[in-house]
Amino acid sequence: MPRLVLLLLPLLVMTCLPAAIAQGPAYQRGRTLSSEAVQAWDTAVGPEGKELPPGRGTAREGAQVWARRCSACHGMDGKYQWPRRAHPPSAGKAPLLAGELGVVAKRQFATTLWDYINRAMPLGEQAGTLTPSEVYAVTAYVLHLNGIIGEDDGMDANTLPQVPMPAGPRKN
Amino acid sequence: MSAKEHPPRQPRRRFLKEALAAGLAAGTVRPSYGQTPAPEEARSRPEENRGYGRRSHYEVVSRWPIQPKELTPGDPLYLVYAPSRTPLQDLRGIITPNPLHYFVDASSPYPIADLNPQEHRLVVDGMVDRPMEYTLDDLKLLPSVSRICWLECTGNGGLRERNHIEFHETLQKAHGATSCAEWTGVPLSLLLQEAGVRQGASWIYAEGNEHARRAKSFQLEKGMEDVLVAYAQNGEAIRPENGYPVRLIVPGWSGHNSVKWLRTVKVTDRPYMAKDDLGFTQAADGTWIGEREFDPKSVIAFPSGGQKLPGPGVYELHGLAWTGGGVIRRVDVTTDGGRTWKEAQLQEPILPRAHTRFRLLWTWNGEETVIESRCTDERGRTQRRLIDIREEYGDDPDHWRSSTSAGERFSGTQPWKILRDGSVHQAAYGPHMYPPPKATAALTKPTRKSPSGGGSTCLA
Repeated sequence: MPRLVLLLLPLLVMTCLPAAIAQGPAYQRGRTLSSEAVQAWDTAVGPEGKELPPGRGTAREGAQVWARRCSACHGMDGKYQWPRRAHPPSAGKAPLLAGELGVVAKRQFATTLWDYINRAMPLGEQAGTLTPSEVYAVTAYVLHLNGIIGEDDGMDANTLPQVPMPAGPRKN
Repeated sequence: MSAKEHPPRQPRRRFLKEALAAGLAAGTVRPSYGQTPAPEEARSRPEENRGYGRRSHYEVVSRWPIQPKELTPGDPLYLVYAPSRTPLQDLRGIITPNPLHYFVDASSPYPIADLNPQEHRLVVDGMVDRPMEYTLDDLKLLPSVSRICWLECTGNGGLRERNHIEFHETLQKAHGATSCAEWTGVPLSLLLQEAGVRQGASWIYAEGNEHARRAKSFQLEKGMEDVLVAYAQNGEAIRPENGYPVRLIVPGWSGHNSVKWLRTVKVTDRPYMAKDDLGFTQAADGTWIGEREFDPKSVIAFPSGGQKLPGPGVYELHGLAWTGGGVIRRVDVTTDGGRTWKEAQLQEPILPRAHTRFRLLWTWNGEETVIESRCTDERGRTQRRLIDIREEYGDDPDHWRSSTSAGERFSGTQPWKILRDGSVHQAAYGPHMYPPPKATAALTKPTRKSPSGGGSTCLA
């Protein structure tokens, strides 16, 4: 047996070597990134919520953040549609958040709301200034407005991905 | 500044040398790799000294609509929702000049992204062996590919583009959210190979660096096929509104896949549903079903709505045909409201996923008539006639669906009516709808004031 392996060794090397080369970078451009650097750069949150940071919030806590940071455009009920004036707007009004026609009802995953609020709200120069716990609380508030979770249901990295959304993943 | 304040003109060679030295000195604005530093006079007033050319002042062709600096609640809704569209009826050949390429203001509600190419970074991460970071110069030093291909808004010709917000009499208003350019950049497949895609990966998530950081997922298979990480548009740097300094080009698919101002390409095993991803479906076995290429579509550009023929005589009728499924094989044209069809001549080059120009010589006898074009692609798929779509969905444009394409993009045929005075009119809907609608409802009047849903989703 060992003799067979020895006989086959050159063949093994010959077949594995090109494969190994093909898998490495060929052009030596750009820099490899550490996992910490990737984490700092890439804040996208997928449906499984793997990237969600530590933190926690409830709708009750979210109401306070909402009143200060969100209600001017969305109203406390999420149905107020304040006309945007910034240049140039993508839509004439803040989107409807609550109710059957609201954007929350159309989302398939609660994690998408978290991602959206985290990177783009409050609209304007303040986007991205909410702390993770504030984002959890505001997400909980919006979910509660739509009757999806209770007022004191704590949202965090574990519970948020499990929130059953009315629009769910559509099956074909 | 008066002329006296200018230092006496220096010998040209010395001037160039100094400009070069100044440009390359540490701390100053350094040109991107391969870019020759411009002489100072070209930098200061390029439009005046023709260092960067401009068109004749007699030429007034323009994109539409022009968005005001600031919108007020009283402004018409088409200013709010509309992509800025290409004047297809006024262009020749297949290449859209950069200043006229359509765009959707994905930066909105912030000003269009103003990204410093020296600071911009592209990261490839997710299910890869080596997460990588590239500067624009890194990308320009990698092997490149050029592709001539069209981009088209996910909703072009769809509900919002019909008579909903503003009556769309012209080709530009009705179908102008498509353009065709030569894009140059690094194949996405090369960057993915450099990073080493891990087993089990099946999707790409791409994210832009504009203020709102829009994002879109599409299948890895498409990413390995013909997607470009582009930095050049018709030979020069990509225009800011089209994604400067680097963007994705996803040929043949709806525009919002071609993420502008690209900052992240993440390899994943499912559509990521982050931020702007919407509406993917899941098969019974759990696999995700994504979008696919657009259906074949064609429009006659001359004569088209809003134009006027000077009188009876011989005309060269021409237009554009395009498809997500490879090349256009043939275009047929009727000049008698669909009774007879003639095969049009296709202008070379006929390229996959590029606009294709067609022409047909035609003698107009001065009588009222309706003209319409219909195309077939290499997969044998033929554009659906509007009359058949009306048969299926009724005469109300609000109910029309044309295909299985993503979004509201309308792929049905586009009829134009020519009156005896030579004037050309929109005949798909409105007062000159042909054949006339069965119901006498006022179809030019919007039934709803604003389209449902949030903002526009296409990013091109």
